[in-house]
Amino acid sequence: MKKLLKGAKVLDPSQNLDGMRDILVVDGRIAEIKENIEISGAEVIDLSNYIITPGLIDIHAHFREPGYEYKEDIESGSMSAAAGGFTAVACMPNTKPPIDNSALIEYVKFRASQVGKAKVLPIGCVTKGQEGKEITEMGDMARAGAVAFSDDGKPVASSSLMRKAMVYAAMFDKVVIDHCEDPSLFEGGQMNEGRVSTLLGLAGIPAASEEIMVARDILLAKAMKVPIHIAHISTKGSVELIRKAKSEGVRVTCEVTPHHLTLTEEAVIGYDTNAKVNPPLRTQEDVDALLEGLKDGTIDAIATDHAPHHIDEKDLEFDQAAFGLVGLETALGVILTNVVGKNGISLNTAIQKMTIGPAKVLGLEMGTLKVGASADITVIDINREWIVDKDRFFSKGRNTPFHGLKLKGKAVMTIVDGNVTYSEIE
Amino acid sequence: MLSQKHLLGLENLQKSDIELLLETAESFKEIIDRDVKKVPTLRGKAIVNLFYEPSTRTRTSFELAGKYLSADTINFTSSASSVRKGETLKDTAKTIEMMGVDAVIIRHSSSGAASYLSRHVTASVINAGDGTHEHPTQALLDMFTVKEKKGTLSGLKVAIFGDILHSRVARSNIFGFTKMGSEVFVAGPSTLMPPDIEQMGAKPVKTIEEAVRDADVVIALRIQLERQQKGLFPTIREYSKFFGLNEDKLALAKSDAILLHPGPVNRGIELTSEVIDGSQSVINQQVKNGVAVRMAVLYHLIGGSRE
Repeated sequence: MKKLLKGAKVLDPSQNLDGMRDILVVDGRIAEIKENIEISGAEVIDLSNYIITPGLIDIHAHFREPGYEYKEDIESGSMSAAAGGFTAVACMPNTKPPIDNSALIEYVKFRASQVGKAKVLPIGCVTKGQEGKEITEMGDMARAGAVAFSDDGKPVASSSLMRKAMVYAAMFDKVVIDHCEDPSLFEGGQMNEGRVSTLLGLAGIPAASEEIMVARDILLAKAMKVPIHIAHISTKGSVELIRKAKSEGVRVTCEVTPHHLTLTEEAVIGYDTNAKVNPPLRTQEDVDALLEGLKDGTIDAIATDHAPHHIDEKDLEFDQAAFGLVGLETALGVILTNVVGKNGISLNTAIQKMTIGPAKVLGLEMGTLKVGASADITVIDINREWIVDKDRFFSKGRNTPFHGLKLKGKAVMTIVDGNVTYSEIE
Repeated sequence: MLSQKHLLGLENLQKSDIELLLETAESFKEIIDRDVKKVPTLRGKAIVNLFYEPSTRTRTSFELAGKYLSADTINFTSSASSVRKGETLKDTAKTIEMMGVDAVIIRHSSSGAASYLSRHVTASVINAGDGTHEHPTQALLDMFTVKEKKGTLSGLKVAIFGDILHSRVARSNIFGFTKMGSEVFVAGPSTLMPPDIEQMGAKPVKTIEEAVRDADVVIALRIQLERQQKGLFPTIREYSKFFGLNEDKLALAKSDAILLHPGPVNRGIELTSEVIDGSQSVINQQVKNGVAVRMAVLYHLIGGSRE
């Protein structure tokens, strides 16, 4: 099985590559990457006028299986990923039952391999049943294929337990991912605390709810000399805490979502539950700080926090609607249109944060087009203009605040292990 | 007719609409004192009170307002309905609508519930209090009462004190009074003061004395006693000491200042009995004016054909 991808500009931040290259794929791996490859017996795919990047990696998504298949399942989630240009997706374990043992890790991997549209990287729970009491069999899960550990959505409140979890996970070279939220400050919150929450009479979620936990995690990581990954940061204060910690050599990494980079609390006006997300959309000042953090390297990865919900869980009174929005099919377009070019953020930086950036956080051999690597490839039409239409999503979720948004730039072909998983190219 | 089909709040109601409603209420008020309290204005119209929170005065006020105008009014309250069986607000509203109602009056614990409902039904929606967001008819009746006593709504100093954070009455009154050209000062425990309140047009001050000093209008809010259990203030005693209004504090206001309260009052907590029953109190007039204002709202929303 040979495929020759011809005529595209290749952008691979992992090897500082930005130029016209042909790529030869043999048996699902990158066999050769150079200018003008001529070879017989290969399927030639003409990609003139397109950009090739390493396959996009999402470090934070929810595929909801097992237990909440009515929201999303591994098949629809994988299709959604492929259509959005993603070749690998790390899935959070807040399913029903929560993914807190090796059998469930293997189940997720098995289902993903049956579907075969994207590499699903299971994340295991930090605590049994996500109950915040006892740590899980992380060693067993790591051996079964867990790429990280997180109690996403139900953050570990006990600092003592968190410290043990971080240290224990590090023994297996795995990182704990923390959704930073102080439950007592969050209590009942619906949106960012500030001008708009006052206007709408909605209970506010203060920035300190996130920042207190970011600070705690940094202090624990520093003291124990172990890594911590902070999920979806949303505030200026978080950026500043992490920037300072990194400069002191603390092993802290973090991610940011396309929605936190491009939307503010104003999106909630009119009680739009599609803009109800946790952490909440913040202020322009926070957005500016996140963009700066992305540019200066404080932020390591762009993550979708793809969180599909059924319409019945969103078409409700605001305080009864679920938190979360879908992002796999809009992430790249939103980043290319509304982030690249802002605050001097280059295309290279954006792609780096969606490929080698998340791969490094998880310590995975991914996100690169180096010879020998898996042929996980995303083909982008940087000039393609399109309008987000939630009714055409592959995801079961329709909960997006980006419906109707005009975007420029789109994944037009996705390749996993040399196999085309999605294509809009004739 | 109003420029809008629904009454969801005062934030988006135009000044001219407020003026129209207050003028109409004035002419309706006289009906309440008649021996035969009935005019045929809304004959053949059906109104439902969809109340998801306990309320006696607001519901009764709307019900009588509808009845005095000859509309058929029915009550749908959460305890007696299928709400407990888990039916969604949307489904309940659609069911009621299919029975042919012209207006749905909703009281709900979720901020934005009225606005949500208005997107799902074709009937006119009237917000009778949505969570901690707005309570527009309460503010309209407050403004009506003030206008009746003061002759104007512009250039007044209005003091609102109490639990501003959780008060839909405060929000609607801030929007309403500032729109009509008055200055609104707000005071309350710092734990019950919402952030960026000044961006709504209100002027936050630290003490009730500062708010009340030289005020033309003093509006007290009801403090929900369970806020104390949530740790928002230490004791009812201390709350009352710092944020309760007594005769001494009321004396700081202009001598002809009037005192309002949306009711029901916690006697001896936010207001002493002396001020509740004193000469400056217009709390009882507010109740009567509430019916007149709600008649005006119903009349303008469903009283004519909307083109």
